[in-house]
Amino acid sequence: MTVILKTTGLSRYFGAVTAAEDINVTITEGEIVGVIGANGAGKTTFINMVTGYLPPSSGTIDFGGNAIKGLGPRKLMRKGLTRSFQIPQLFLEMPVIDNLAIALAAAENKQFQMIRPVRTPKRLEAAEEILAQMNISQYRNEMVTAMPQGARKLLDIAIAMLGSPRMLLLDEPTSGVSMEEKYALMDTVMEAVRQRGLTVLFVEHDMEIVQRYVTRVLAFASGIVIKDGPVEKVLADEKVQELVTGKPQAPKIEGDAPHES
Amino acid sequence: MILEKSEIPLIGAAVAIALASLVVPSWLVFTTTLAISTALVVMGVVMLMRAGLVSFGQGLFYCLGGYAVGLGGRYLGITDALLLVGLGVVVTVGLAMVLGLLVTRYREIFFAMLSLAFSMILYGVLVKSHNLGSTDGFGVVDWTILGFTPGSGESSTRIALLLALVLALGFALFLNRYFKSSLGLACEAIRENEVRVEYMGVSRKQVLYINYVIAAAVGSVGGSMTALAAGHVDPTMAYWTISGEFVFIAILGGTGHIAAPFLAAIIFTLVRTYAVELAPNAWQMILGIVLLLIILFLPKGIWSLFTRKKGVAS
Repeated sequence: MTVILKTTGLSRYFGAVTAAEDINVTITEGEIVGVIGANGAGKTTFINMVTGYLPPSSGTIDFGGNAIKGLGPRKLMRKGLTRSFQIPQLFLEMPVIDNLAIALAAAENKQFQMIRPVRTPKRLEAAEEILAQMNISQYRNEMVTAMPQGARKLLDIAIAMLGSPRMLLLDEPTSGVSMEEKYALMDTVMEAVRQRGLTVLFVEHDMEIVQRYVTRVLAFASGIVIKDGPVEKVLADEKVQELVTGKPQAPKIEGDAPHES
Repeated sequence: MILEKSEIPLIGAAVAIALASLVVPSWLVFTTTLAISTALVVMGVVMLMRAGLVSFGQGLFYCLGGYAVGLGGRYLGITDALLLVGLGVVVTVGLAMVLGLLVTRYREIFFAMLSLAFSMILYGVLVKSHNLGSTDGFGVVDWTILGFTPGSGESSTRIALLLALVLALGFALFLNRYFKSSLGLACEAIRENEVRVEYMGVSRKQVLYINYVIAAAVGSVGGSMTALAAGHVDPTMAYWTISGEFVFIAILGGTGHIAAPFLAAIIFTLVRTYAVELAPNAWQMILGIVLLLIILFLPKGIWSLFTRKKGVAS
């Protein structure tokens, strides 16, 4: 299998606080990988570093065989690495259809037009297609502010999937979504992912969702990967189970080694 | 080019004003010309506001356009109004392309203050330039248009209005489409969420830069037309209170429609004219109260009266 993402010794420090340390992860094309861990375990820091939102303090990141450390989100998106957000990043005061039309115009990778309307028949057709696929067609002419949280999440992910990405990183796709909606949302997302043949890495707190949709899990604690392997094996691990029960983990402080009394 | 439905009222309004100019008194023609010229600059302010940027320095480009007309006639011997307007655009675009590299890196109050600072630098330079009349400014040469000499007085005033109308209509039609284009909408997207714009693979800097330069060019045309109509330029064109007026008018009209700056500029000019007439020492207070009422009751500007009505009807 082809390696699509490889991080080596990836670390991020905020002053004396270690947010992520020595993360060595290799992901092959087509994998669906879950990232779990308590709050503050370093999951989002990891995703932020990989997607160019946060520069790593040290380490390397390879995507598709190319070093991408230091590249910003715009360049990474062009290389096929994209993401969604825990809090959907949308244009709230614009109609849903325009959110997609701009994203589609951007995905064409051409200079933006000054006169030609953004709503071209081709883009509208493509927007309708993705709205239907994400089951949010009913909101096409609504402002984003009129959409419920689950629909916003789907729109955020839909926008991330435009422009032929190769890998999609989802940051807590089901957070803020009701229990009843979670599975329907994930079914919709995973079907869209499957159709596009994307590699997916997603952060999730709900272990039922993790068990159901991923084959491999990375378990984070105190900024390091404590377990990496098949979902059943990782979730059965005692240390991981303790983590899953939600016991808060104190961040590591540099130079402050634990004392034995 | 096929006209859009929304463009027909704009053309209709321009034709109506042109026809009305044949019968209304000269002072009203002159006032309308100034209002349309001001509206052109305000369109630039609105362009920036749609991208989430408030400029308190649009007077810089307004003044450049005006002085290009004055200096072009005085030192280069150009008398053709279109050439003089074009000269203003060239000079302004040149400067805006340099300044844009810096100012589009900033947002909110920093952008506002930086734009104000550049405008005030030009003001300071002009005030110190005694050969350009210092604070008094200087007169603009008698201009021609495509070989025709309008002469002085009423005929010149009416032709200036027609020229302002044609230019304003051209820019209004362009901006009406621009606001719906990918570039125009990307400006709104940047105002809404810069993070998402970047993750869509769009360069925020590039979009804002192009928008800034176009807004400057539109502002320059407004300044040139003011100079041609008034026959005089002076450094106050770059003074910050003039830029403040442009922001005032932009808020008054709102950013909802391309016609809003025109409507607001005409209302502003008339309110100011009558306020000065009624209360020569307190006209600014009247303008302040008007703005206060607009912000309180029509936060999206006067144009929201029309869209609100439309919303109720539908």
